[in-house]
Amino acid sequence: MTGERLTRWGLRYFALAYLALLLIIPLGYMMIETFKDGIQPVLDSITEPDSIAALKLTLLTVVIAVPLNTIFGIACALLLVRSNMRGKSIINALIDMPFAISPIVVGLSLVLVYGQNGWFGQDLAAMGIQVIFSTPGIVLAVIFVSLPFVAREVVPVLQEVGDDQEKAAETLGSGPWNTFWRITLPAIRWGVSYGVVLTTARALGEFGAVSVVSGKISGQTETLPLYVQKQFETFQSVGAYTSSLILAVLALATLLAMNLMRRKENHE
Amino acid sequence: MTAAKNHTEVENGIEVIDVSKQFGDFEALKDVNLSVPDGSMTALLGPSGSGKSTLLRAIAGLENPSQGKIFISGEDQTGKPVRSRNVGFVFQHYAAFKHMTVFENIAFGPKVRKWPKQKIKDRVNELIELVQLNGLGKRYPSQLSGGQRQRMALARALAVEPTVLLLDEPFGALDAKVRKDLRTWLRRLHDEVHVTTIFVTHDQEEAMDIAEQIVVMNEGQIEQTGSATELYDEPVNDFVMGFVGEVNSIGGRLVRPHDTQVFPNEVEDSTRVEVDRIVRLGFSGRIEMLTDPDKREIWAQLTRSELETLNLEPGSPAWVKPAPDAVTREDTGALEAAVTAESPATDKPTPSMPGLPV
Amino acid sequence: MSEVTAIDAGEPRPRKAFFRLPGAGQALNKGLVVMYLGLMVLLPIVAITSKAFENGISGFIDAVTAPQAVAALELTVICSLIVVVINAIMGTMIAWVLVRDKFPGQKIVNSVIDLPFALPTIVASLILLTIYGADSPLGIHLAFTKPAIVVALLFVTLPFVVRAVQPLLLSLDRDMEAAAESLGARKWLIFRRIIFPNLAPGIATGIALAFARALGEFGSLVLVSGNIPFQTEVASVYIRGQIEFDRLASASAVSVVLLAVSLALLFCVTLAQRWGLRHDR
Repeated sequence: MTGERLTRWGLRYFALAYLALLLIIPLGYMMIETFKDGIQPVLDSITEPDSIAALKLTLLTVVIAVPLNTIFGIACALLLVRSNMRGKSIINALIDMPFAISPIVVGLSLVLVYGQNGWFGQDLAAMGIQVIFSTPGIVLAVIFVSLPFVAREVVPVLQEVGDDQEKAAETLGSGPWNTFWRITLPAIRWGVSYGVVLTTARALGEFGAVSVVSGKISGQTETLPLYVQKQFETFQSVGAYTSSLILAVLALATLLAMNLMRRKENHE
Repeated sequence: MTAAKNHTEVENGIEVIDVSKQFGDFEALKDVNLSVPDGSMTALLGPSGSGKSTLLRAIAGLENPSQGKIFISGEDQTGKPVRSRNVGFVFQHYAAFKHMTVFENIAFGPKVRKWPKQKIKDRVNELIELVQLNGLGKRYPSQLSGGQRQRMALARALAVEPTVLLLDEPFGALDAKVRKDLRTWLRRLHDEVHVTTIFVTHDQEEAMDIAEQIVVMNEGQIEQTGSATELYDEPVNDFVMGFVGEVNSIGGRLVRPHDTQVFPNEVEDSTRVEVDRIVRLGFSGRIEMLTDPDKREIWAQLTRSELETLNLEPGSPAWVKPAPDAVTREDTGALEAAVTAESPATDKPTPSMPGLPV
Repeated sequence: MSEVTAIDAGEPRPRKAFFRLPGAGQALNKGLVVMYLGLMVLLPIVAITSKAFENGISGFIDAVTAPQAVAALELTVICSLIVVVINAIMGTMIAWVLVRDKFPGQKIVNSVIDLPFALPTIVASLILLTIYGADSPLGIHLAFTKPAIVVALLFVTLPFVVRAVQPLLLSLDRDMEAAAESLGARKWLIFRRIIFPNLAPGIATGIALAFARALGEFGSLVLVSGNIPFQTEVASVYIRGQIEFDRLASASAVSVVLLAVSLALLFCVTLAQRWGLRHDR
């Protein structure tokens, strides 16, 4: 009996110590470090114009990328689960691609397609559209890396819900559009929300892909994660910590949202 | 004009003409023809995989027949989407709209049809009363018992005043007691509402209990259509005989247990068996026997005095043969094949990947 | 009526009514999905592959066998391997503690697991540098060394195995263990013979995803690894360098190698999941 107890305690505290060393202590220490010189420097660096511009750009990419990926994700999940079209496995594999590709490679590929010497670079430039080193490139990079989340969350939910309710709605005279809004969407809403939260988290924090396609022009094409790097490399550690803290708070909010949703979902 | 008219002998009700349905290589329905009289209650009876559910879904429009036509109230339904057929369909597992209350579930059909608000309200309340869910209108399906959910599903299907009511194994997911109550209740409801009703079941007792017409199906085909008495007394083949009512297989023929005669000594055309168990149930009783040499179980239903007269003991030999006027059918093994083909449900949901961001 | 005549005239199948909205809606949906995927995912991948082979097979081979590229790839693979081994053990252990143990604050610990998914990688990098860098409050100086790379990768890949094993552990039939115990099996034997085989598909899935992630990781490494060529420069950082020098073909070639390995791994995930289902069939 005591041996069993010992094993259990051993396992518990070993696992917790690992988590503490890897996650909790570093995060906590960062908070302390941020406020090392009091609150004033933190406030100052938040209100720095470049910092505000970076935050604005980050939010802008989120506002564009998340709705697009959400619509796509739902459409894609419906196609994968509810239709029996051919080539489904190809779509299935393609959706997972962003999970398998290094963010740097994502950035590189966008440069190759839309860059100055890329496939469409010249044509786009002729039309006066600059993609790489500009906002569209950042948005494309963010869309790419956060593309699978909604579809991946919704697919299992759709499978679990089954199509009974949709069929029932159909026998009651409901058309496809009405059925989608009144039956399908409410049934998968937690899956969708979960996917949206994950997409948002990834879109907010993407660094690698964005760092390749962004010109890193302060105040213009610098997202918050890029701003963190620049601040750090120019030895403005308070600025780096503060921006990091903003991102970390957003991440914690994401975690909280995920937990609330999971609880809600389990309640139903 | 038209083939359609000529085919239709019944103006109202349901007419199924030469309907076939393939799923890949599998033939779920083979040239099925069926007439369901207006206002009647019909049971589709058969083992699983017999095509009964497919036929029901084809009538509803949930499956498109590969061939053939279906008429409802004399109107060709070919190519007509489910939503325009005005059928009420009750699903085996209720298909309750989980995010809607009982009231909202029942109101769904009328809302889709854009009925005026007050009319919807009146209709839903009327139905809630009809299916005895009074006071539960604001509950969610998860807060209802199985039987209550099934009645809600029924009310939802009836709300739009459907031309026909189709029920797929309506009591399949319920326990024995609730099943029994609910089916008597359904019968009474049908007498009140009088909507043409078809229900699918694999339970012969259920079919015989409440249906006016029973359609016995096997391997995608209709074996026989008739009343419970007709099927029991004049089965067209061994499959129907075995599926509707109890049977023994004696000397290559199927015979009912109450038509099975038992003798203590060998008589002409009899088969030797060994007595396994004798069960006395008040006035009547039964002898359970094992055939020789293949040890198949058969039994005879006898009166108490017959049992006394025979005076058999477990282990002692006996001889059986069908009674002279008994209904018998040649045993082709069709029943056994159909029943052993039933496989347990294997559609376990595939465990999904947890949402893993990279 | 004309439709009826047509069928009576011997058309074998009823014509599919093309005006039906579900059909139209689905076609539209399919078009949308295929176009979006093609434009957003397929096109860039095709671009990178064609660039990698711009100078033929030999150009590709030259690029990936350049000493610095080889060193970077080697380092990446070795670190990733170390990381997945640790992840397999620690991830399973954490999942076990979260499912089978009971202690105050368990729910919080459970939600903290997802933190590396939610936290931007650059923030992770900064955090790790702060605690394990030159001014380390713990006195552990790892910055700009290979162990720093491993720690950063452990941080970002932590949730994979935990989250893949947890549901399996939850759905594990406890009666199975009780049965084994009633048959006289000791705890360790029960774990090895009863529990582990049931968790193995989850562990395999988690490992493959973690490995794919580790191979391509960039953000969390930029600040901590020091990016010293031949020493602490991982593949993604090497590619980044090649892009900066405008050697796009070389960058593409190494990218294709990473991509191929990752895709092979994702394929393994699919296989692992099928394998996991084998007992249910």
